[in-house]
Amino acid sequence: MSANSTALRRKRAATAGFHLGAGALALLWLLPIALVVVTSLRSFDDIAAHGLGSWPHSFTLGNFRQAWVDGGQQRALINSLVVTIPCVLITLALASMAAFALSRYEVPFRRSLLLLMLGGNLLPPQILLIPVSKLSEVMGVFDTLPALIGVQIGFGVGFYVFVLHGFMRSIPAEIQQAAVVDGAGPWQIFWRIILPLTRPALAALSALSFTWIFNDLLWAITVLRSDTKMPITAALIGLQGQFVSMWNVIAAGSVIAAAPTVAVFLRFQRHFVAGLNLGAVK
Amino acid sequence: MAVLTAPDRTSPARTPAQGRRVRGPRRTPPLVLAFVLVPLLVEAVWVFWPAVQGFYLAFTRWDGVSPPQFIGLDNFREMAHDDVFRSATGHTVLWLVLFGGLSALLGLAAALLLQQERRGVGFYRAALFLPVVFSLVATALVWQAIYQPDGVLNQLLQSVGLGRLRHAWLADQDTALYAVIVPALWRQIGYVMVLYLAGLKGIDPALYEAAKVDGASAWQRLRHVTLPQLRSVNAVVLSVIVIDSLRSFDVVWSLTRGGPYHSSELLSTYMYSTAFQSLRLGYGSALAAVIFVLAFGVICSYLVRAFREAD
Repeated sequence: MSANSTALRRKRAATAGFHLGAGALALLWLLPIALVVVTSLRSFDDIAAHGLGSWPHSFTLGNFRQAWVDGGQQRALINSLVVTIPCVLITLALASMAAFALSRYEVPFRRSLLLLMLGGNLLPPQILLIPVSKLSEVMGVFDTLPALIGVQIGFGVGFYVFVLHGFMRSIPAEIQQAAVVDGAGPWQIFWRIILPLTRPALAALSALSFTWIFNDLLWAITVLRSDTKMPITAALIGLQGQFVSMWNVIAAGSVIAAAPTVAVFLRFQRHFVAGLNLGAVK
Repeated sequence: MAVLTAPDRTSPARTPAQGRRVRGPRRTPPLVLAFVLVPLLVEAVWVFWPAVQGFYLAFTRWDGVSPPQFIGLDNFREMAHDDVFRSATGHTVLWLVLFGGLSALLGLAAALLLQQERRGVGFYRAALFLPVVFSLVATALVWQAIYQPDGVLNQLLQSVGLGRLRHAWLADQDTALYAVIVPALWRQIGYVMVLYLAGLKGIDPALYEAAKVDGASAWQRLRHVTLPQLRSVNAVVLSVIVIDSLRSFDVVWSLTRGGPYHSSELLSTYMYSTAFQSLRLGYGSALAAVIFVLAFGVICSYLVRAFREAD
């Protein structure tokens, strides 16, 4: 009896210890986020008088308006979405086509093609920056959003082909053979059979690629020049220069810039984590 | 390799009964060829062709206006005498060791702590993972507010009586690089944790039972069961870390632009400012080529593993 209760007590202590440790860790991780959210809701005078680290003495939503209108975040967010959404859709469409062909048919050099495409994605982007900016000048799309969309698709597609290939390859051949016997062509097999079965992987990769493309800075500042075309990441750096030391506005801008990806994460959390494990390359 | 951590039931490597070739007809229908060629063409235009040009430009002097001028190995000779290049290389290596090493260690530690399914664990995991979805720019701005001379970190130090440690963290040459690594770590650890969590889930519980029966302590179970079983995940994490480290740009660029006096300069930021601010496109390409050489080993080993898996 007493041995039992000792074991029980020890187990309780271990549970309490776990929650104490993990809770402290989680708190430490969330603290910077809480700081930004609180700062974004304080007035400039409050921060100037009491410092960034003090308990808030004011509440205002004006910072968001300032970042949104005067700081140009509204336009920047629209730019970001105009780039990100077509990028995700086109990249995944192209990647699933290539992955379908390479995983379900005897395409000549299929293995080499697969690795070539993956290899392109593994290149350090630095080697591509100068030629890509010159290439977009030659093509007449420099400083336009299509240039950014183009390079994001081209650079990303190889990785998604590889991941989707791995996924599609595991779909049993019998399903396809049955469809062939019924007289289905490649398009029907792709559209009616393979693609629906690939939906979990596509969902995971959509959530993942949305955040990657949305959060990119390097390609944007490589192919874009004018402030009016910059996506939200680059605009945030601009905001930092425009509102020097006005932490309330900069914090509001950061919240605006992070909100879409956080929303995607909270909504598709399961897909998100699955996607990271599918594509353990980035 | 990407599918290594995917659920085992979808792994075809385990079901040889399917046969090695699961594909359909022998002759490739034209539509299927088009399915491969269109994406390949897009990638060729935006990646392969620029990459070839990039390597060529590394051997030229170019201001972006007049045509590039071939100068052989002169750019690489110049690097030998370029102090900024040397310190940027040093910082990149330091970044690789500190950022990479710590994110692997702490990510594994977090995964070990949070591996058991129990009440509340989902919240803790989500908290650690949340920064992963932030852009590095937003992350950088958050931490800039913390690092300001009148920012939170200094106020905190003051209030616990360590006022003499107060510091302009980002403006001091001795602390800038480390101050930049911390936000990068804050964001990376949750990511590595997720990779390790999946790896830990894949370990057969019977192994632990057997070790327990044999009287192995918790430490021995970690040392002789967990770590060896995680070998394939370690390979993934290693590739991720090296490739991420060499790509690191956003967080440094938004916090310090490589300054003050190049004290937080990485090869990636030095390459960008050389090319697009000093407009020395040839030398910038040569710097990019050095980054490629550093990444080459990891890229190759990754491709070799991918190759083995592709059939």
